[in-house]
Amino acid sequence: MLRRTFLGLLGATAAGLAAGKPAAAAANTHFGGYPDAKGVLFDGTRCIGCRKCEGKCNEVNELKAPEKPFDDLTVLDEKRRTNQYAYTVVNKYEVEGAGSVFRKIQCNHCMEPACASACFVSAFKKEPSGAVSYNESVCVGCRYCMVACPFYVPAYSYDDPITPKVIKCTLCDPLIASGKRTIPGCVEACPKEALVYGKRDELLKIANERIHRNPDRYVDHIYGETEMGGTNWLYLSGVPFDEIGLDTHLGTTPAPKFTKGALGAVAMVVGIWPVLLGGIYGVTKVTRNEATKARMDAVADAIATTKAEDAATLKSAMDKAAADKAATVEREVKKALAEAAKAQEAAEGEEG
Amino acid sequence: MNTTEYKWITPFNIIAGIILAFGVVATVMRFGFGLSAVTNLDDNNPWGIWISFDLLCGVALAAGGYVTTSAIYLFGYKKYQAAVRPALLTAFLGYAFVVVALHFDVGRPWRLPYPLFVSQGPTSVLFEIGLCVFLYLTVLFIEFTPAAFEWLGMKKARNIVHKATIALTIMGVVLSTMHQSSLGALYLIVPSKVHPLWYSDYLPVFFFVSSTVAGLSMVIFEGSISHKFIHEKMSDEYLGIHDTFVFSFARAASFVLLAYFVIKVIGVAADNNWHYLATGYGSWFLVEMLGFVLLPCMLYGIAAREKNMALAKWTSLLAVLGIVVNRFNVSLVAFNYKLDSADRYFPSFWEIVVSVFVVTLLILTFRWISRRMAIFSEHPDFQGDH
Ligand code: SF4
Ligand code: SF4
Ligand code: SF4
Repeated sequence: MLRRTFLGLLGATAAGLAAGKPAAAAANTHFGGYPDAKGVLFDGTRCIGCRKCEGKCNEVNELKAPEKPFDDLTVLDEKRRTNQYAYTVVNKYEVEGAGSVFRKIQCNHCMEPACASACFVSAFKKEPSGAVSYNESVCVGCRYCMVACPFYVPAYSYDDPITPKVIKCTLCDPLIASGKRTIPGCVEACPKEALVYGKRDELLKIANERIHRNPDRYVDHIYGETEMGGTNWLYLSGVPFDEIGLDTHLGTTPAPKFTKGALGAVAMVVGIWPVLLGGIYGVTKVTRNEATKARMDAVADAIATTKAEDAATLKSAMDKAAADKAATVEREVKKALAEAAKAQEAAEGEEG
Repeated sequence: MNTTEYKWITPFNIIAGIILAFGVVATVMRFGFGLSAVTNLDDNNPWGIWISFDLLCGVALAAGGYVTTSAIYLFGYKKYQAAVRPALLTAFLGYAFVVVALHFDVGRPWRLPYPLFVSQGPTSVLFEIGLCVFLYLTVLFIEFTPAAFEWLGMKKARNIVHKATIALTIMGVVLSTMHQSSLGALYLIVPSKVHPLWYSDYLPVFFFVSSTVAGLSMVIFEGSISHKFIHEKMSDEYLGIHDTFVFSFARAASFVLLAYFVIKVIGVAADNNWHYLATGYGSWFLVEMLGFVLLPCMLYGIAAREKNMALAKWTSLLAVLGIVVNRFNVSLVAFNYKLDSADRYFPSFWEIVVSVFVVTLLILTFRWISRRMAIFSEHPDFQGDH
């Protein structure tokens, strides 16, 4: 019985471990992206940090005007990130040997977005146009998308008690789709052609060409080509990417892959656990019944033995008592005889 | 009940009253002026202690429900039957108040049913958690109803639910396995944001295994507290089994902690993270592993062997603390470890107030129910009916 319980437990443990099996075994599908998906190429060697892109973005998306105007470049002295009033920001980095280098950041419109994979109401969607869209009307405000985004992009309107929402760059997709614009605001505003809007495939070609033509000017890498499975926003730089605040340790695995294994294991739990637990219950129940029966038998045995033993004890006690009695009688008789003899002797002595 | 001589002015009630007052203020501020009025959350740190403590710790510490019911109904520890109801009530209230706390945290709490009924996000770990927690809360509620039905004198309803015990228990274990592990799986999506010593492909396994420790320890811990305050409501049966029950659970917790320690070491080895142990994060990791895993493992073992009740109780407190430390480590200490210290999160006064407020509400509800319904005893009409 013990062995059976043990095996049951062992099986249960194995299933528990399987439940957490990492993503390695998950389906190896790779999403190559929509063929006509568009994006933007940012060239860090051309950007002069004028913040015109920021200003135009603010304007076309009708965001609240900031305290300091967009032509105030002292803002660049601070490291900033996107927030609810800024879909995009330009930061300045002092790089040894290269002086001030600027880098624009906004939603990278990932090919397989972490935010979309993480959202439990599917508020994010990778559109065929290339943009990652956000649907405010279903958003609960759990902010798991913000946790999940490896680029620290989505922001939240924490100060809004009634209609707080997630805020991030839209790639001007709604404006372009409705015909109000033909290219994103920032791209249009850039005086240095540091930004190019186009099909991702073509942007990659342009980027490769630039690197090829000017190998001394560029780092030989297009940031976003493979990072996190690839993004629709691509970056060229003349200095190492980690010096302009881009994480170079993200790897090439798209975010959804990290959780696929765990989610797959859930199905296993649903499938295996009830059977196993039912089995364990069955085994312990049998065990319990057997144990109960064994206990009953033992009790019966014990009672029987006790009875037999009792009888034996009683008998021996009786025998002993009988013997005792006999002995006592004998002794008493002897004693009485002796006394009688003594009395007789004494009487004879008195007489004599 | 005992309205005639109930003393309202007790130290406990005074403290609870003050907490409730602060809690009401915090609630008004939160819903009147938004999350930024009460929290230190920002765009880099979207999750604070309402997730780390109220959700992650709350759910782990409510694991006593499935741990106890499965031990008793599935693994054959029938003799501890009397421990089921306190554990179930704690679990049910634990989950219920996790959901209450979530209403504070999410931006639009009235949309909390959306993932279930309006727009599903099946690729999300959080979706699975939401679904499981919703279902499990229902299961716990049904599992608990016999006590309420007895109190209300509804015999028939009570007996129907009673017949479904095994099925409910199995469902409870399935759902618990799923969402306990999935809470760890939440962080799988951000390998770049969680310190390597805490990030692991095995995060779901770690969370699940440690949740059983949390469950076992909470049952011991909470039992000893209730013992003190609700003693008069406890049946002789409950009091009679209490000691052996505690030692069985202490022994079980000791074993699971050992297993947990081993798989955590395997986790470090699998990703070859040994060199991180020499860093500041490494020291803190070692504190967690030695002080909050290995130490309670040994103490539980000793307590069970030497039948040392005081040691078992203190160890349960240490183990519970250990779970809290672990969940905080994963979700706050290790999370965003690459950011400058100025960009890191620390809870605000009001965030702490809300967390304490929710816990207080839970305790008050627990006390209210256990004083009225047959939780620590059998209802006179249903004695011996298991
Ligand atoms: S950059 Fe972040 S917010 Fe933008 S699509 Fe990628 S994961 Fe989503
Ligand atoms: S905050 Fe909104 S968009 Fe982000 S994951 Fe939650 S529900 Fe989805
Ligand atoms: S407008 Fe162009 S040059 Fe100016 S900051 Fe933006 S990207 Fe750079």
